[in-house]
Amino acid sequence: MQHKRTTFRHRGLPYLLLAPQLAVTGVFFLWPAGQAVWQSFLREDAFGLKTSFVGLANYTKLLHDPQYLGSLHVTVIFSLATAALSIVSALVLALAADRVLRGPRVYTALLVWPYAVAPAIAGVLWWFLFNPTIGILSYALRALGHDWNHLLDKTDAMVLVILAAAWKQVSYNFLFFLAGLQAIPASLREAAAIDGAGPVKRFFTIVAPLLSPTTFFLLVVNVVYTMFDTFAVIDATTEGGPAQATNILVYKVYRDGFIGLDLGGSAAQSVVLMGIVIVLTVVQFRFIERKVTY
Amino acid sequence: MVENRRFLDILAHAVLLLGVLAVAFPVYVAFVASTHPSSDFVSGVVPLLPGSEGLATYREVLAGGGSTQMSVPIALALKNSLIMALAIALGKIAISILSAYAIVWFRFPLRQLAFWAIFITLMLPVEVRIVPTFKVVADLGLLNSYAGLSVPLIASATATFLFRQVFLTIPDELMEAARIDGAGPIRFFRDVLVPLSQTNIAALFVILFIYGWNQYLWPILITTDDSFTTVVAGIKRMADVTDGEPRWNDIMATAMLAMAPPALVVIVMQRLFVKGLVETEK
Amino acid sequence: MAAITLENLTKTYAGGVTAVSGVDLDIADGEFVVLVGPSGCGKSTLLRMIAGLETVSAGAVRIGAREVNRLEPAERDIAMVFQNYALYPHITVRQNLSYGLRNRRIPKDEIARRVGEAARMLEIGPYLDRKPRALSGGQRQRVAMGRAIVREPAAFLFDEPLSNLDAKLRVSMRGEIRALQKRLGTTSVYVTHDQLEAMTLADRLVVLRGGRIEQVGTPLDVYRNPVSTFVAEFIGAPAMNLLPAQIAQERLRLPCGAAVAVPSCLLPRAEGPVTLGLRAEDLRLASPEDAAFHADLSHVEELGSQRLAHLRLSGHSLVAAFDKGVALSDRLALAFAPEAVHLFDARTGLRLGAP
Repeated sequence: MQHKRTTFRHRGLPYLLLAPQLAVTGVFFLWPAGQAVWQSFLREDAFGLKTSFVGLANYTKLLHDPQYLGSLHVTVIFSLATAALSIVSALVLALAADRVLRGPRVYTALLVWPYAVAPAIAGVLWWFLFNPTIGILSYALRALGHDWNHLLDKTDAMVLVILAAAWKQVSYNFLFFLAGLQAIPASLREAAAIDGAGPVKRFFTIVAPLLSPTTFFLLVVNVVYTMFDTFAVIDATTEGGPAQATNILVYKVYRDGFIGLDLGGSAAQSVVLMGIVIVLTVVQFRFIERKVTY
Repeated sequence: MVENRRFLDILAHAVLLLGVLAVAFPVYVAFVASTHPSSDFVSGVVPLLPGSEGLATYREVLAGGGSTQMSVPIALALKNSLIMALAIALGKIAISILSAYAIVWFRFPLRQLAFWAIFITLMLPVEVRIVPTFKVVADLGLLNSYAGLSVPLIASATATFLFRQVFLTIPDELMEAARIDGAGPIRFFRDVLVPLSQTNIAALFVILFIYGWNQYLWPILITTDDSFTTVVAGIKRMADVTDGEPRWNDIMATAMLAMAPPALVVIVMQRLFVKGLVETEK
Repeated sequence: MAAITLENLTKTYAGGVTAVSGVDLDIADGEFVVLVGPSGCGKSTLLRMIAGLETVSAGAVRIGAREVNRLEPAERDIAMVFQNYALYPHITVRQNLSYGLRNRRIPKDEIARRVGEAARMLEIGPYLDRKPRALSGGQRQRVAMGRAIVREPAAFLFDEPLSNLDAKLRVSMRGEIRALQKRLGTTSVYVTHDQLEAMTLADRLVVLRGGRIEQVGTPLDVYRNPVSTFVAEFIGAPAMNLLPAQIAQERLRLPCGAAVAVPSCLLPRAEGPVTLGLRAEDLRLASPEDAAFHADLSHVEELGSQRLAHLRLSGHSLVAAFDKGVALSDRLALAFAPEAVHLFDARTGLRLGAP
């Protein structure tokens, strides 16, 4: 690991400098994570009186729990749909912003602020728009013949949380796409134009391949975002319902642990989630390393 | 611009305008809702033009008492949010810059181990280890306190890596010159490193402030006492009404108040915000 | 002011690589010593050990009467000028100059006096309140010098201070550094890979190779009597011509077959292969009957005051320097004075005969 050619010769000082971070990390990150792993091998009886070691039983139970598998299914749909929606719309906007000569900065300013909106607030806003009785969008949909009700209809509920989650994420993706587009040398596109490629052909042969690292990066980041940060979107809107239709994995950990008080099962779910984050982080870092060596 | 195609230019502007409108629409509706009396929501659909009750609603919400669910004024929740966001942002910056300094400019046993201990926090978002972390905080007696709201969130591998990256670009000779000039590690940190990292600190601050302000799950768990709730977490309590319709004008006014500070930070410090966002992801 | 003594100075890195081994050197008070060598020869490591920026693995560094091995750089009473200047970018030139003095709690009026004097000496007065970013490369270089001067140290250490300047500025700064050092009389150790810079600045040259001292001497001494083919090739431009040759019957046989007489003091005891060294300026045109050998002209470099002829001799290339205006044909008859001959052991590359 890198350090400076010349370093200070103190013995105690580096430990002192690291102490606050390591203390917080140890107490609030590593210890709880270790606890989660340990808990995942235990089971409490119905009255919380006796705790026994059950090995991998909590995990095998999870794998045979239709609710958990359903939650996994919901999570995959929610993640991919949110990522796809926010990435595609951000790409379209970034292409447009890269094209306009006048006012790209103004457009950028007007497009990026939703990044600052809390996921919970985003959820509340969209929930209000689609409110079955007074929401303006549900009203419009009714006029078009669709009787919207996300409190009862599973698909409606899923669409609602996807829209709310994607709406907030577009600004982030937009910024990265715009940066990626602006990093493509103008000479490349000019060369392609001289070679007779029209705008559409240029996009697919020149721009899209050069943007693919950014797209991949955003895909990973967006999947992480939808898997974890969208907890607030779900909790502020559907609370996982109706009938588990939007009960994503993170939300289920919370429900089972705090409301269902199934500590062992919740811990096993936490450990599975940690595994998923670790895989995603490794993928992301692998990718960044590759980018650096290019 | 490669060629002049009026059609494409117009299309680009049209797409952008549509995007701006789509992005702004939910907030506009929220704003409109916050300016109408709550009786307007009993029947029919949300109005599309602002009403006249705006000032009254905001005054009422800020002072408290209007909502059936929130026992505290939103002004207090805003203050709590501000304290939490500042504590998280400044705390993360402080502990990260110190640990990055130790990792880059010192060689000591266990350096590698410390680096990995910090790195691993990237893989443990709070949502994942929520139950045991809650238990630790409860055991430490930090429920319903500002420390409980902020301290467990201030360990940040991202900020540490950012500072490490920044420090690695500082030429070796600068520290050597400082040592010849009689500056020890603390003086070098104070006189050279911190001033040189100013822009990075500011950019990071913008991102971390938003991160702290927008926390939701954590404040919900840690605060059972409404006087410590934050505005983002509190809005859920306002909307959770078991009997009858929620007071939509109050909820939307609160939403507007909850969005305003971080959105302002992003708009006013757009350049720093973009820098912070792009660099923390490197 | 102080003398600097290096005793058996050695640097071994953690990985086992030895960068400097067993260097002994006495630098007199007020002397200007240049450490020169190709990259990787250990010259910078040596300087950084004197500065205290690298730890000493074995041996000793003495500045004045003190052994300073374990002292912090700031306690060694030295000042250093870096290749990239290492100015603090966030503070003004004035603050850059005074930072070290303030750290040593020198009184304010004394700081002001020293900064003023250095600014006058280096003509950087007008820039004192600017930040380094607003200065040109040459101006930054002066500020870096100023920061060293205000310290009034026992010794100046220069680590390739002119490498980042353009060629013209480098020549003029070279002159200024030398004049300044003469005036202040401060002991100086200067590291460079540029042999011309080394020749023009040094009271004494130290040629380093692979972490060891290859040769120490005045520039002219080293130029005239290089102790090895390594020094012969490194010092002087164009580099000394080196040709394989044979000693037979007290005569020197060139690769083309021609044989010439050499001074007997140079002759090795045994006959056999040697390396012949000839400076480009020691070759002269001769009439065909006086010629020691004939060589084919490959091309000519015009330097204005001189013409450098690149020649081929039986598969070996060599360079000869002629005055401007000398006419050159495709095949040249060349001669050299016997005293101009340098002979080196063909195997070890070490100089043969008396120095």
